[in-house]
Amino acid sequence: MGTFEFLLQGVTIAAQPMNLLYALIGVTLGTAVGVLPGIGPALTVALLLPVTYKLDPAGSLIMFAGIYYGGMYGGSTTSILLNTPGESASVVTALEGNKMARAGRGGPALATAAIGSFVAGLIATLCLAFIAPFVVKFALSFGPREYFALMVLAFVTVSAAFGDSTLRGLTALFIGLGLAVIGIDQQTGQARLSFGIPDLLDGIEVTTLAVAMFAIGETLYVASQGDRIPDKVEAVKGSVWMSAQDWARSWKPWLRGTFIGFPIGAMPAGGADIASFLSYSTEKQFSSHKDEFGKGAIEGVAGPEAANNASAAGTLVPLLSLGLPTTATAAIMLAGFQQYGLQPGPLLFATNPQLVWGLIASLLIANFMLLVLNLPLIGLWVKLLTIPKPWLYAGILLFATLGTIGANPSVFELGMLLAFGLLGFAMRIFGYPIAPVVVGLILGPMAEQQLRRALAISQGDVSALFLSPIAAVLFVLAILAVVVPLILRARGKGEVLSQFAANED
Amino acid sequence: MSGIPSNERRRPDRAALVIAPVLFAIAALIWWDAGRLAEMSNYSRIGPATVPHVVAIGLALLAVWTGFEAWRGDFPEREPIEVKPVVFIVAGLAGQMLLLKTAGFSIATGALFALTAFGFGRRKLWISLPIGIAFSFVVYIIFGRFLQLSLPAGPLEHLFF
Repeated sequence: MGTFEFLLQGVTIAAQPMNLLYALIGVTLGTAVGVLPGIGPALTVALLLPVTYKLDPAGSLIMFAGIYYGGMYGGSTTSILLNTPGESASVVTALEGNKMARAGRGGPALATAAIGSFVAGLIATLCLAFIAPFVVKFALSFGPREYFALMVLAFVTVSAAFGDSTLRGLTALFIGLGLAVIGIDQQTGQARLSFGIPDLLDGIEVTTLAVAMFAIGETLYVASQGDRIPDKVEAVKGSVWMSAQDWARSWKPWLRGTFIGFPIGAMPAGGADIASFLSYSTEKQFSSHKDEFGKGAIEGVAGPEAANNASAAGTLVPLLSLGLPTTATAAIMLAGFQQYGLQPGPLLFATNPQLVWGLIASLLIANFMLLVLNLPLIGLWVKLLTIPKPWLYAGILLFATLGTIGANPSVFELGMLLAFGLLGFAMRIFGYPIAPVVVGLILGPMAEQQLRRALAISQGDVSALFLSPIAAVLFVLAILAVVVPLILRARGKGEVLSQFAANED
Repeated sequence: MSGIPSNERRRPDRAALVIAPVLFAIAALIWWDAGRLAEMSNYSRIGPATVPHVVAIGLALLAVWTGFEAWRGDFPEREPIEVKPVVFIVAGLAGQMLLLKTAGFSIATGALFALTAFGFGRRKLWISLPIGIAFSFVVYIIFGRFLQLSLPAGPLEHLFF
């Protein structure tokens, strides 16, 4: 069967009434939570994971797909109407979008973001459907050492290549890897770093860590900053519809953004931030209204938003076809798969094609739903933005603890939540990125397994790791990804890289 | 966690300097634990202790690098921190943790809700506590009853179910 047949089969699964309902609930919840200021896509997905605990795997993953796309969309609404520099994935959207909203053109800004997200989501999801099978075929030739090299590359790009400090990125990664060691060793059954505490034998839950660091750490940080940053919600005045000129100025950036965003998401090269920044600078180059940039140019909303969403779909290529999470959001989605004992990767395409293709098809459906839902419901999302800070953060903590209590109602688990929250807070103060910790925790055991397999095959000979051409190339790329940014920063060109800081998406 | 603002560049960042020994201590802990494992499986060179050893070495090197950067004052400047709100929120989380088993989900989480709002400046606990408990109770009904999560019940929940 070709990709088309598989995709059609997927559509028939995703179009079953129950699954449509799951997708609808997913996009609505995803958008509603994603709209809340300070909540990025990673936290949206982590907070909403408990909603899916009791569903069957297919229904749960379909709802997940909706939550993921909804969360991405919600973030852009926030950054257009509320100038929140803290929101990472759509910071760029805020640059022009918030200016447009202040100038009373919030409606068209939201519309171009929504339609751009739709166009990008549609094209990128189709690209995902057609590229993933090829990656799967390629990946079937991978042995343990190639997988290990690929994971090392992912570690390095998530932690060291972008952001403002190689040191702090790598430190965050190693903290994640250290946490990943905790628990029973998969191969020998020995307890590591558990100090005789039975609760630690199962290891650290990825969702507990992610929720603690993103939700509790962020809440504590915002609280510690006092009332220094006044938030002002821009009202949406006038029509939400775009004029003919808006359309003419938007469609090219949408397409360019899509083709910038998708490959960046699909390579293990970090997240949507990089894509949206690149798209922004590209639009600045191409625009015939250069003078409007910085004052509310619609191209500066259309392009990055499209890039943002295309990259979100691109991230699913390594996640589904290789089982490799390259962003914090993907790491949490992987945890979502694992709670059903599903391991994404080449095998999942062979053993459970209905599930994989149902998921891809439901991404397409979720994308349509978002387009139909969001523009009419914009008034509701604006209301969510005006929730006063005390109630907002009290609610965030309520839902953050709810997920942990629902999964494991023990004092110990809540204690870990608090401890990791404090760790996230401290890391936030000193400028450490959070995403590498989460990726390190989930990818660490997988990388260890591949490493030990590879070394078992080579009978302990480490040099064998580098003897496969694919692995060698991947290792060289990984080394370059550490060294080149170090040199760039040493020569004072670090600003460019710190703009690309992939903090959360 | 006290932010010491460093006005001049290239001046030791004392708060950041604390991070280095902490990282080093974690590295030592992992190394020690892995050493215990290695004794149990010393017949093969690659075992459960291999990766912990690598992680420990990595953390130790990063600790040295951190110490170096902190000494040179290369850490980014920090905003001054207000400690009080943080204390209230942490108290809320700790309170929820300790109350959960006895008082049940709604009351424990209501306390967390009220203390968080308190930390953010809503000082009227006689308003925020009932709101928090009522809201948590609605969440309990939705998630505990409809979505069947096992949320601990207390006196309030037993009153209704």
